[in-house]
Amino acid sequence: MSRQYQTPAMTPAADARTPSQETGRRVKWRESEIYRSFRRRPATVAASVLLLFLVVTAFLSPLYVPQNPYDPAQLDLLNAEIPPIWQADGQWPFILGTDSQGRDVLSAILYGSRVSIVIGIAAVALSLVVGITFGLLAGFYGGVIDTLLMRLGDVLLSIPTILVAILVSSLVRQALPASLRDVGAAGVLVLAIVLSSWVQYARTVRAQASVEREKEYVLAARVLHVPGRRIMLGHILPNTLTPIFVAATLNFGMAILTEATLSFLGIGMPPGQPSLGTLIRLGNDYLFSGSWWIVVFPVMQLSLLVVTVNMIGDWLRDALNPKLR
Amino acid sequence: MLVFILKRLVNAVFVMMAVAFLAFAIFQVAGDPVEMLANEQMSQVDRDALRDRMGLNDPMPVQFMRFVGNAMQGDFGMSYRNNQDVIGLIAERFPATMELVLVATLISLVVGIPLGILTAIGRGRWYAEGLQFLSIIGVSLPSFVVGIMLILVFSVILGWSPSFGRGEVVDFGWWSTGLLTPSGRAALVLPAISLSLYQITLIMRLVRAEMLEVLRTDFIKFARARGIPRHRIWFRHALRNCLMPVVTMTAMNVGALIAFALITETVFQWPGMGMLFIQAVTFLDFPVMAAYLVIISFIFVVLNTMVDISYAIIDPRLRSAR
Repeated sequence: MSRQYQTPAMTPAADARTPSQETGRRVKWRESEIYRSFRRRPATVAASVLLLFLVVTAFLSPLYVPQNPYDPAQLDLLNAEIPPIWQADGQWPFILGTDSQGRDVLSAILYGSRVSIVIGIAAVALSLVVGITFGLLAGFYGGVIDTLLMRLGDVLLSIPTILVAILVSSLVRQALPASLRDVGAAGVLVLAIVLSSWVQYARTVRAQASVEREKEYVLAARVLHVPGRRIMLGHILPNTLTPIFVAATLNFGMAILTEATLSFLGIGMPPGQPSLGTLIRLGNDYLFSGSWWIVVFPVMQLSLLVVTVNMIGDWLRDALNPKLR
Repeated sequence: MLVFILKRLVNAVFVMMAVAFLAFAIFQVAGDPVEMLANEQMSQVDRDALRDRMGLNDPMPVQFMRFVGNAMQGDFGMSYRNNQDVIGLIAERFPATMELVLVATLISLVVGIPLGILTAIGRGRWYAEGLQFLSIIGVSLPSFVVGIMLILVFSVILGWSPSFGRGEVVDFGWWSTGLLTPSGRAALVLPAISLSLYQITLIMRLVRAEMLEVLRTDFIKFARARGIPRHRIWFRHALRNCLMPVVTMTAMNVGALIAFALITETVFQWPGMGMLFIQAVTFLDFPVMAAYLVIISFIFVVLNTMVDISYAIIDPRLRSAR
């Protein structure tokens, strides 16, 4: 997978039509394989629009939702378990009803999505940094560093990821002083997800880097005494980015799932600042009492979020894979 | 060949030692075990005696080797929570988890393979594309979400099946099975479906990819040219060539499925190892956590090593490649 697939060369026709640099770039984008394959798949377009909508509504939610679900002072027990607005006992402004604490379900979902998305992004970004660093070092230098890092990876891969995440999350939280446990919950979750997912990036980068290392342009750079760090970051890294990019998109979905699962199991975000997983755990107790909305709406939001992310990731994997053209 | 097998075995032992070290490290995070066991009236002298008896004054490597030695004999100590033998607790829960995992694996094969064939031979048709689209949803839905939705629809709304527990079980020595009683079978349906859904989509996608590849090969074209009926080509000739990776993935994923079962078990209150583990995590019962980690990783490593070795026996090209 070489670099040319990322930015396909400009066609002569596009060149002729576009005198200025700016419009030239735009036409190049429009004629690129990626954009065309995007347009060919209406489901992917729909998923992107939906994901954008979910992200924007979640992040702007403090501006318009009726209450701040993290502020206990705004919750009123008298408003507990009100059904959604379209049912007989529904009450304005609780469009999707309230939970047993009198928390507005819609507000809680939007705030919860924000938590889930932020944790997902932070976890993916951090595992990218860790994975790419280790992968480059292992692939470029080989030898002892390579053996050590890859053996560590072997060990981590021989424990199911969900188990790694659960153990890290519960043990790190245990090691924190009690006053920090709720505040640091998000950080602990990020750490747990990073530790369970960096190996994948490291392996991908390492495989690519150990191939690139043997190529002539790297040899040329070495002859010119370009420092190792610059060869790695400036020359090898760009050539490993395509598979990494696909993996990162799919792992963003995985990260949100892992966060939700840990929170659902009770070792993630605390009930005071619920993420979607926490909301589902709390709502699960009301499944049999008839208050289905407490659990069904968070479930729907979480599913939509992960499904849209994975649809985009799935499309990217196909679109960036030269073998499938 | 022998060298290859030895290498894999050494590698497996190395990985298990590392996992054992991680499990051992859990206790270091856990804090002082003497404080956990001692009651308030115990004098300092008694505490010191207890510490000495538990071997906590020995150097770390000695303690670690003792931990490994005990673990190899199946001795993971006593549960902090109810003072029972840890390995006994896990052995008691083991059949429930295995039954769930095996039935889920069976479902995923029986449903996944035909769906994979269907999406491959109907490529481009509406039903195949529809199934392919559904498979993304199947991969995306977290298993606890699937479980909750199944409970909501089939237990709460329709009232067809029980939503928790294992029903009646029959004991065979130390193994207990729910497959022989009507209530046991009814209780197994929803958890098994919920656990298998992810696996179904994986198998379906794998079979589809393999089928598409095989259908492009020359021997299929030749079979077509000879006038062999299409369904015979698909199910006889093409499918056989796809099954190898499917079997491999299924075998390797049994370990992952056992671990993933802990989520399903929590949702359905299924009395398996996973629920025991999650309770141990909640109550900070470190011996149970460590034992679960070691046992799951052991199953994982044994399966992987067996798959690697059997591959090398079947396909000689792999021996030199690794």
